[in-house]
Amino acid sequence: MSNRLDGGAPLLEVRDLVVHHGQLRALSGISLTVYPGEVYALIGANGAGKSTLLRTIAGLHHPTSGSISYDGRNVTGLRPERRATAGIVMVPEGRRLFPSLTLEENLKVGSSYARKGPWTIERVYELFPWMKERRGQRAAQMSGGEQQSVAIGRALVANPRVLLLDELSLGLAPVIVQRIYAMLPHVLESGITVLLVEQDVSQALRVATHLQCLLEGHTTLEGTPAEVTREQVEAAYFGVTDGSKALWPGLMPSSRAY
Amino acid sequence: MAWVNAIIQGILTGGLYALFACGLSLMFGVMKVVNLAHGDLAVVAGYIAVGVIAVTHMPVLWTIPVVVVLMAIIGYVLQRSVIQGAISRGELTTLIVTFGLSIIIENGLQQFFTANSRGLGVGDSFVTASFSIGSQITIAWLDLGIFVLAVIVLLGLQQYLSLSRYGRLIRAVADDREASQLSGADYRHVFGIAAAIAFGTVAIAGICEGMITTISPTLGTDTILLFAFASVVIGGLGSLWGTLLGGVILGVAQAVGAQINPSWEQLAGYAVFLLVLVIRPQGLVSQGAQ
Amino acid sequence: MTENVATTIRSSEPAFKVTRSRRNVAWSGIGAIAAIVVLFAFPYYVGPGTTGIMVQGLIVLTLASMWNLLAGYAGLVSVGQQAFFGLGAYFVLIPAMHGITPWAGLVIATIGAGVCALPLWWLVARLRLGYFAIATWVLASVVMLVIEQISSIGGGTGEPLPGLTGMQPAVLTAYTYWAALIVAVLAIGGVYFLLRSRVGLVLTAIRDDERAARSSGVRVGLARLLVFVVAAAGCGAAGGVLAIEQLQVVPGTSGGVFSVQWTAEMAFAVIIGGIGTIEGPIVGTVVYMVLQQTLQSYNAWYLIVLGLVAIVIALFARRGLWGTVDERFNIRLFPVGYHLWAPGERRGRKRVPAHAAQ
Repeated sequence: MSNRLDGGAPLLEVRDLVVHHGQLRALSGISLTVYPGEVYALIGANGAGKSTLLRTIAGLHHPTSGSISYDGRNVTGLRPERRATAGIVMVPEGRRLFPSLTLEENLKVGSSYARKGPWTIERVYELFPWMKERRGQRAAQMSGGEQQSVAIGRALVANPRVLLLDELSLGLAPVIVQRIYAMLPHVLESGITVLLVEQDVSQALRVATHLQCLLEGHTTLEGTPAEVTREQVEAAYFGVTDGSKALWPGLMPSSRAY
Repeated sequence: MAWVNAIIQGILTGGLYALFACGLSLMFGVMKVVNLAHGDLAVVAGYIAVGVIAVTHMPVLWTIPVVVVLMAIIGYVLQRSVIQGAISRGELTTLIVTFGLSIIIENGLQQFFTANSRGLGVGDSFVTASFSIGSQITIAWLDLGIFVLAVIVLLGLQQYLSLSRYGRLIRAVADDREASQLSGADYRHVFGIAAAIAFGTVAIAGICEGMITTISPTLGTDTILLFAFASVVIGGLGSLWGTLLGGVILGVAQAVGAQINPSWEQLAGYAVFLLVLVIRPQGLVSQGAQ
Repeated sequence: MTENVATTIRSSEPAFKVTRSRRNVAWSGIGAIAAIVVLFAFPYYVGPGTTGIMVQGLIVLTLASMWNLLAGYAGLVSVGQQAFFGLGAYFVLIPAMHGITPWAGLVIATIGAGVCALPLWWLVARLRLGYFAIATWVLASVVMLVIEQISSIGGGTGEPLPGLTGMQPAVLTAYTYWAALIVAVLAIGGVYFLLRSRVGLVLTAIRDDERAARSSGVRVGLARLLVFVVAAAGCGAAGGVLAIEQLQVVPGTSGGVFSVQWTAEMAFAVIIGGIGTIEGPIVGTVVYMVLQQTLQSYNAWYLIVLGLVAIVIALFARRGLWGTVDERFNIRLFPVGYHLWAPGERRGRKRVPAHAAQ
């Protein structure tokens, strides 16, 4: 377990979350704690349950059991739009911009139910200067990287306290991904805590203050980038074990090699 | 010449058809709901106007804002309760529920108002008053007025959807319901607003219909719903001006058909509808996939 | 309805069995035959008023079975079946005006309506659910408008049905009743056997997952076309019966053969009774008849109540009356599915021996 030197109260707490997709169990008793100011990364292979976890925290999935606490409040039963206005805002997987709306209209929708805070549409234009000229362009006509930036901007103008980022790098060239992640410090310095899902492990390790690895709905690793070794991360990611040693207490790993 | 007059008449009627159609198109575009009771709502609005006039004796045109507000409220409430419940249970249920509403409304109206048709008196002089262009073309003021009203309403609706906050939200929810939730929008409320607009616009159209001709309990499904649908298909979903074009084409087709043979009026319109359905099902002014 | 054990392996080990139903439904087969015999005998001991009501009910039963086939098994919600209903009536009228007895006309009505379904299907086949529904309504309106143009068959006012004058009223009533009964039995029987056949399997596959069905090579469009044609034929036959019962054919939307009221009655009967089951339309028709008889003196009230009940059931008891019962007690009078039995597993009260052949 990692040391949380803050001593302050956790901003987001997930306890023993069990989530099903129909008959399939996607998450089996996941717990995590995110403190203010952190960049908390969820890593893991496809189908590990990372996006499911994020979507459940955002309110788009109902957990079968378990609880989610935000700022001390139990929000497990709260509708997704209420969580957004409370400060939990997600940038969904695949960007999900409103295709028939322009760039600026997408941002305006994001600010429709915004909390009070430093982020405005103007400030988003300062963060991404290229947007100002293209504000009237339809979202559907933009490239993947541009859409990703707009999606982040749309979430920022809502002035979240916890920003959920789901697979930012999906489908984007590494150069673009770097550029997008370069805005992270600007987000953090405005007081936003970040919980992100990332398939690209090295990218995650570069930005995270804490990380948690999921495999088939279970947590296989938890700690700070400084604490964990590369071998540990690989083992946790793929679920490979060397013989009899259990990877994580209580977890029965598969002996497959990928 | 009779032909030119007929075509002009068809164009003017088309405006009213577009007004009937825009609510149907809106509800389908935003919530994917085909409201089979849509035509009957116009008739209900007409009968409410009849009732309001009977009680308050106010001029017909004044009933429009009153009835529109009333219908908008009814639309919001009905959407948040019954229709939302149906939406969450699937498309089949939604069709059954709106179909059921249609049957209930029609038969209810028949019970209380008998099957006879009614008109909304606009004053005889107004109905027949007309002006002439040249020596051959005559246009009734009422028909022109209704066409202008329809265009104004459509224009207003388009501006509302483009510029206002709720207009944006309606378009956003129509694009991606989940993503709009993530931005803090309660899509059920937005659906309600869209339904209120649909009910309101079709109410205006219903009162206009009562002014030009008469309304009767079964008019909603005899013609209004079908004409509205035909207008949307001909014009294409997703564009209000497409709907106007569709309505105008339908009106002109009917007028031309009536010129050839009076009993061919409706058939001519449907023939064009079927033609468009077969050749270009996405409509003439398509905004992409149906 | 006898059992059909699909596989049998003669060995010393007990084997898995695939059957068409959970219980031995031979008794329900006998029951159905008994019910039909009883129904057939009706005219002999029941007055013509009651027989007339039964004819009404049998017409709606036929229509409901067809609508259920369309909406419950093929996913096609049609609000325009009155087109075929009306066409069926005219396919009895027109031959009768040329000397062919209406009883034979019923056959013409069935086939004719089915044939008419082909071009209409071509027009609406590609439409999505909601659009499909309204489009069928438009088509019904078009059919009506076209027929109303033809004055030789009555135009807009209707035409009396020739060929049945000279029959004693009691005999005519009885024959009408029997015709209606035969049509209804054939309709339900036809649906039952259709669903038990390969087509039924295809429809279930489509119902479960259309894309998977398509990619497995299932001819989705063909199956739907077949269902549409069969449903049209059934509605046509029912329309023919109505023509005989009323001794006239009147078009028009209020009370005429092209009235959407017929679709309302068949749709609501199915929803109330239980969509997606063959028994559902039967239950729903009974409910409809009860409502119609008790509220008859109040004009259109029975439709209002019928509509309200249908809405409530669609929202709160989606599987309908029969569907809810079926869920709890697992009764299927008309088994169309398949059940897998583990070796030695008991079925109902009879024990299935390991080497069972039939």
